[in-house]
Amino acid sequence: MSLTDNKKKLLVWGIVSGLAAVMLALSGNPKNMAICIACFIRDIAGSVGLHKAAVVQYFRPEIVGIVLGAMILALINKEFKVVGGSSPIIRFFLGMIMIIGALVFLGCPTRMVIRMAAGDIPAWIGLIGFIGGVVTGSYFIRQGFSLGRSHKQPEAGGYVVPLLLVVGLIIAAFTTVLFASESGPGSMYAPLLISLIGGLVFGAIAQKTRMCFGGMFRDIALLKNFNLFSIVFGFFLTMLVYNIVTKNFSFQMNGNPIAHAQHLWNILGLYIVGFAAVLLGGCPLRQLILMGQGNTDSAITFVGMLLGAGLAHRASLASAAQTTEAAGGPGLNGKIATIVCIVILFAVAVWKSQRKVKYD
Amino acid sequence: MIKLDARGLSCPEPLMMVADAMKKHPGEEIEILVSEMHTKTNVENFCHDKGRAVEVTPQEFDILIHIK
Repeated sequence: MSLTDNKKKLLVWGIVSGLAAVMLALSGNPKNMAICIACFIRDIAGSVGLHKAAVVQYFRPEIVGIVLGAMILALINKEFKVVGGSSPIIRFFLGMIMIIGALVFLGCPTRMVIRMAAGDIPAWIGLIGFIGGVVTGSYFIRQGFSLGRSHKQPEAGGYVVPLLLVVGLIIAAFTTVLFASESGPGSMYAPLLISLIGGLVFGAIAQKTRMCFGGMFRDIALLKNFNLFSIVFGFFLTMLVYNIVTKNFSFQMNGNPIAHAQHLWNILGLYIVGFAAVLLGGCPLRQLILMGQGNTDSAITFVGMLLGAGLAHRASLASAAQTTEAAGGPGLNGKIATIVCIVILFAVAVWKSQRKVKYD
Repeated sequence: MIKLDARGLSCPEPLMMVADAMKKHPGEEIEILVSEMHTKTNVENFCHDKGRAVEVTPQEFDILIHIK
């Protein structure tokens, strides 16, 4: 009997994965961030000096945990397989683009759902852009878009980036070499062991269920398949109950923590994330899971996301959060980058759709 | 028998190939070669939803799925 072969079981797994996020939020992580993949990659980028935004620097153990959780389960289930070579450089840049989009919105799709569950109206509006991006990517998939086949790679290659993450975590835990925020979101974190365990559990569940925030709408658009939606809906339900019980729920347009209400840019930022996620075959979370399973293309995508996060803050592409004094949102650089990213996504999508394969 | 090769392709390409073959050749048996376990699971679940039986044969590096 499979534990993940129907929507009800997947819904339960989604609820359980939400409990891991709740545990992290209750233990010190920013409440409406909990387990945001883009935010945490951005924090890691800051901790290793890829950007100088002092408020978002911390080597987040959750990211390491997610990758290791997926890897351990994949090794146990004999699903660990080292593959790669499917347009790695294109994936690298798509990873950069995906995280830039996420940082214009201020969150990956995981955080979008977490924010939605807290009543954050701009996140609900941003969802329109995310769905739009997924639908656009799905259109190109139907037109035959492909980044090509991956092939078997030398076994050691599958362990390189995960191992670097473990080394980074050890350095962060036992030395003061890496940067760590003293204020702002980067200074808010759960104890290391809880973060790591939360990540391990979340990663293992995501590996087992193939949880993907981009895949859920893609599978609905292309295949009318609601399996992945069931998991994410379960995750949403847990976060919703958590927010209501802890009185965090507030259906509001303004004043949401670490967010902004520049709707056009929220929509376009998430449009980029949805579009890139479909072209890459998975959202930021899914890239971590695939990397844990030995996919070196996803490892390269992760490195792209890491550098993209660094660039987003170095070049002021990332949005500012709304405050009582300022509206927040992206500056001119962020707006230009958003448009450029969308143009590049269309260029890649059209270029890589030039095949004879077409799906009805 | 329709034969498909989805080795090394990213999601959702393997499923698109199966769905497309099912649409163009209703009821016909399909044999699809995939290389990753999550793709195998996706194809299995998809066929289950479509009411089609599957037989999985692991090979040295790939997995052969026979959709009946």
